[in-house]
Amino acid sequence: MELSPLVLILALPFAASLAVVLFPSTSREPATWITGATMVACFALTVSLYPSVASGEPVRYLGAWLPSLGLNFSLRMDGFAWIFALLVTGIGFLVVMYARYYISAEDPVRRFYMFFLAFTGAMLGVIVAGNLILLVVFWELTSIFSFLLIGYWHHNQAARDGARMALTVTGLGGLALLAGMLLLGHIVGSYDLDAVLQAGDRIRSHPLYVPTLLLILLGTLTKSAQFPFQFWLPNAMAAPTPVSAFLHSATMVKAGVFLMARLWPVLSGTPEWFVIVGIAGMASLVLGAYLAMFQHDLKGLLAYSTISHLGLITLLLSLGSPLAAVAAIFHMLNHATFKASLFMAAGIIDHETGTRDLRRLSGLFRYMPITGTLAMVASAAMAGVPLLNGFLSKEMFFAEAVLTHVDSWLDTAAPYAAVLGSALAVTYSLRLIHSIFMGAPPESFPREPHEPPFWMRFPVMFLVMACLIVGIMPAQTIGPFLHVAVSSVLGEATPSYSLAIWHGFNIPLAMSVIALAAGTLLYLVAGNALERSERPLFLGRIDGQRIFERVTVAISWRFARLIEEVFGTTRLQPQMRLAVAAAIAAGAAPLVMAGLAFGDHRNGTTDLAFAGLWGVGVVCAIAAARLAKFHRLAALALLGGTGLVTCLTFVWLSAPDLAATQLVVEIVTTVLILLGLRWLPKRSRDLAEPTDWLLRLRRWRDLTIAVVAGLGMAVVSYAVMTRTPPETIASFFLDKAYAEGGGRNVVNVILVDFRSFDTLGEITVLGIVALTVFALLRRFRPAPDTIERPEQQLIQRSNDEADPDREPGSTEAEYLYVPSVIMQWMFPVVIVLAVYLFLRGHDAPGGGFAAGVAMAAGFILQYMAAGTVWVENRLRILPVVWIGGGLLVAALTGAAALLFGDPFLKSYFRYGELPLVGKVPMASATLFDLGVFSLVVGATVLMLIAIAHQSIRRLRAARLGEERQRWN
Amino acid sequence: MELTLAIAIGALTGSGVWLVLRPRTYQLVIGLSLLSYAVNLFIFSMGRLRLGAPPVLGPGGSGNPADYADPVPQALVLTAIVIGFATTALLLVVLLAARGLTGNDHVDGREPR
Repeated sequence: MELSPLVLILALPFAASLAVVLFPSTSREPATWITGATMVACFALTVSLYPSVASGEPVRYLGAWLPSLGLNFSLRMDGFAWIFALLVTGIGFLVVMYARYYISAEDPVRRFYMFFLAFTGAMLGVIVAGNLILLVVFWELTSIFSFLLIGYWHHNQAARDGARMALTVTGLGGLALLAGMLLLGHIVGSYDLDAVLQAGDRIRSHPLYVPTLLLILLGTLTKSAQFPFQFWLPNAMAAPTPVSAFLHSATMVKAGVFLMARLWPVLSGTPEWFVIVGIAGMASLVLGAYLAMFQHDLKGLLAYSTISHLGLITLLLSLGSPLAAVAAIFHMLNHATFKASLFMAAGIIDHETGTRDLRRLSGLFRYMPITGTLAMVASAAMAGVPLLNGFLSKEMFFAEAVLTHVDSWLDTAAPYAAVLGSALAVTYSLRLIHSIFMGAPPESFPREPHEPPFWMRFPVMFLVMACLIVGIMPAQTIGPFLHVAVSSVLGEATPSYSLAIWHGFNIPLAMSVIALAAGTLLYLVAGNALERSERPLFLGRIDGQRIFERVTVAISWRFARLIEEVFGTTRLQPQMRLAVAAAIAAGAAPLVMAGLAFGDHRNGTTDLAFAGLWGVGVVCAIAAARLAKFHRLAALALLGGTGLVTCLTFVWLSAPDLAATQLVVEIVTTVLILLGLRWLPKRSRDLAEPTDWLLRLRRWRDLTIAVVAGLGMAVVSYAVMTRTPPETIASFFLDKAYAEGGGRNVVNVILVDFRSFDTLGEITVLGIVALTVFALLRRFRPAPDTIERPEQQLIQRSNDEADPDREPGSTEAEYLYVPSVIMQWMFPVVIVLAVYLFLRGHDAPGGGFAAGVAMAAGFILQYMAAGTVWVENRLRILPVVWIGGGLLVAALTGAAALLFGDPFLKSYFRYGELPLVGKVPMASATLFDLGVFSLVVGATVLMLIAIAHQSIRRLRAARLGEERQRWN
Repeated sequence: MELTLAIAIGALTGSGVWLVLRPRTYQLVIGLSLLSYAVNLFIFSMGRLRLGAPPVLGPGGSGNPADYADPVPQALVLTAIVIGFATTALLLVVLLAARGLTGNDHVDGREPR
C-alpha cells in the first residue's frame, strides 16, 4: 500500500491508538501528546489536499481488498468529505487539549485516548470511504468505539446503561444500513460510491427503492438520534464531557446526516423520502427543542438541543431542493462549532463547581466571567441570534421552509414548525444562560468555583471566535470552502446562494424576529415554572428509555427464556441424541433425494483372513460398548483390540504411514486412559440393569439410533468404495512429490511440504490442547473416595507390615521388577527407533508424527517402569520447551522462505552426505518435520505426565469438602 | 474386501454411537474413540482399497500415478489420528475434573433423580 496522504489520514489514528497501548495505563503526558500530534498531522494532511479537492475532482485511492467480490479498499475525498475531515480533526485536536485538563489523573487515561483515537480513525473512515461496504464497516466501528467511550467510567451504572443503549440502537441501525447498502449495490451493480452517485434515476425508479430507502434511513436516523430513535442520545451523556463534545455534537451523530447528504443526490426527491425524512426531522426539531426546555441537567439540555438541531438539518434535507441542501451542510458545520464549545463550557462548569444541575447553579458569572461570556456567545449562536453563524443557516432554513416544494400538509406545516422550534431554542438558550450565570450567588457549591486553566478554556474560546467570525463575515471566511463542499455534493445542480447577514426586510427575517420575541416572552412567562417542573408538560409520561428497556427485556430475557424452556435442556444425552439424529437425517437426505446406487469397482480379492481379522475387530468393538459401564479395564483392552485391527487394516491396504502412527498412538492412548481410570468412581451394583420399563424403552431407542447410524455408515461407505474413483488431485501429488518436494513418501511430502500450512495449524492445535490439559489439571480436585492409595497398594502394605522380615513398602518397590528393568533397558532403543522413523520419513514410511509419539512413548515407559519421582530425579523433560521449540522451528522454517522472496513455507531440498549415516535428504521440509516431531513429543509427554503427576500429589482433603459443598 | 470394511465401519459407528448416548463419562471416552476409528477408516476408504501399492515412490521418484494408493486421504487421516489422541486426552481430563468437582461420573454432573 503506497503512502498516499488519504491512506495516512486514515491509518494514523489507528496506528497511534495501538501506539498508546505501549505506555503505562496512567501515563497522561505521552498519550495526550501522541493523540494531539495525530490530530494535528491528520488536520495538516487534510489541509494539504485542499488544492486538488478544490479543483472539483475528488482525491482517490484504490487498494485491493476483496477484488473477487467486487469490493475495493477505495477511498475518496471530495469537497464535502474534505470539510468534514477538517471538522473532525480540528475539533478533535481542541477536544484533546481540553481533555488534557478534564480527565483526572486517577482515570486510566491510556484507555481514553486509545478509544478516542480509534474512534477518530473510524469516523474519518466513514467520511472518506469510497465503497459502500467499507463505509458500513467504519460506520459500525464508530458505534463500537462510541460504546466504549460512553462506557468509559464503567464503574458507573448510568454510563454502562447509556453505552449499552447507544450501541443497541446505533448497532441495529448499522445492520439495517448494511442491508440497505447491499440492496443499493445490487440495484446499481457496483458498491463503488462514484458509480452509485451516477445512478440516481435508476435507483429511484427501481422496485426495490422503498425497502432500500427504509433500511438506509433506519441507519442514518438512529445514528443521528432522530425521532423516533432520539432517546439514546440523552442517556449517552453519562460519557465524559470531552466525549460528548466530540461524539455527540461534532462527529458521530453527524455521521447520520452526513450520509443522508452524501446520498441526497440519488435518494431524495421522491414522496417517500420527503414524508419519512420530513416527519422525522420536523418531529425531532420541535420535540427536541420542547424537551430541552425542561431539562435540569446541563448536558441533558444540550443533548436535546442537539436532537433538535439535527432535526433541523434532516428537515432541510427532506425538502429535496438544492438550496435546502446547501443550508443543511452549512448548518452541520455551524452546529458542530457552537455545540462543541457549549459542551466544553458545560464540562468546565461541572469541573469547577461539581454539579451540572441547572437548579443548583446560579450567579456563576461573577466567579468565571470569561467562561460565562464565551458560553453566552455560543448559546446565542445556538438560539440563532444575528451576527453569529447559527443565525445565517437558520435564515436559510426559514427561507426554504416558506417555499412550497411538495404540495402536502407536511410542507405547509414546515414554516410553522420552523418558527416554533426556533422560538423554543431561544427559550432553552435563555434558560441555560440565565439560570447558570445570572441571579444571586448560591449559598453553597460542592466546590468553590473559579476560572479554569487558560488552556482548558482555549478550545472554547477558539470555537466561539469561529462562530463570531463566520457570523460576521461569512462570505470571506467559510464561503469558498462551503462552496467546494456543496458543489461536490450537488454537482451541476449547485444553486446560486449568497452568504450575507443582511438580505433586506423579508419573510425569513420576520420569522427570526418572531421566534426571538416569542422565545424570550415564553421564558419571561414560564421560566420559573420550567425551573420547578418535575417532568416535561404533556410528554412527560412517554419515556423513550423506559420503552426501550421494556422491549429489550422482552426480547433478550423473556423471549430468550421462553425459547430456552421450550427447546433447551441442560442434560447432555438429549443433546447428543439430537446431534446424532440430525447427522443421520443430513446423511440420509441426499440418498433419499438422489437415490442410492452401488458401483462395481472391486479390488478383486475376497480375503477370508481379512474378514476374520475384522470379525475379531467387530467383536472387540461391540464387547467394548457392552462392558464400558461395569468393566472399564476390559473395555479398554477391547478398545485396544479394535485399534490394533485398524492398524493392521492400514498395513493391509497400502497405508504404512498410518499403521505406524496408529500403532504408537494406540500405545499412548491406552496409557493415558489407564492413568485416568484411577480417578473414576467404583461402579456400584445399584446402577445395574434397569428394571423401569421407561428406562428400558430409552435404551431400546438408543440402540435403534445406534443401529441405524451404523447401517447408514456401512451402506454409504460400501456405495463409495464400489464406485470407480474419479480423477482426483492424487495424481498431482504423486507426480510432483519427488520432482518438487524431493521426497518419495508422498504422504509425508504432502504433510510437510504441499499442505504444510495445514500441518502447521494442526500442530498448533495439538500444542494448545496439551497446554489446556496441563492447565486443567493444575487445579484438579479429585473426588474424596479416590484420594486414598489404590486398594492393591494397601493390600501390599498390610502384607509387608504383617511380615516381620519385610520393610513396609518393599513389595511396592519391587512390584513388576523384571518388566520395569526391561523397560529401562529399552529406553535407548525406543529413542533410536524414533530417530529412525523420523529420518526415513521423507522417503519411506515414518515421519515427524509417528516418530514424535514413539519418542513420547519412550519417556512414558520410564515413568511406568520406575515411578514419577525416580524419573524426575534423573531426567528433566521440559515438555513446554519441546512444544514451544517445535512450533518455533516449524514457523521459522516457513518464514525462512520469505527471506528468499518466496511464499511462506515454500521448501528447498537437496541430498547431503552425513558421516556414518550416508545419504540423507536435506530438505527444508525435514526441518519443518523436526518442528512437528518436537511439538508432538512435547504435547504427548505433557498430557501424559500431567495426568501421571496427579497420583503423587498430596491432596488437600480439607479444602475439597468446602468446594464440593459449593458445587452441590 | 469392500464389504468387510463397510461392515466394520458400520459396526464401529454403531458401537460408538451407542456409547456416546450413554450416561457415564467413561462410556463417552470409549465411544468417541470407537467413533474416531470408524471415521478414520471411512475417510481412508474414500481413496478406495488397494493392496500392495503404498504411496511410496520408487528410486528416482519414477512411476505411474495409477500404481499407487491415493495419498490424500492417508495424509488427512494421519493428522486426524494424532489430533484424535489429543482430543481424547482433553475429554478425559475434563471428565476427570468434572468428576472431582461434582462427585459423580454422570455426563450431566449430577445423578438423575
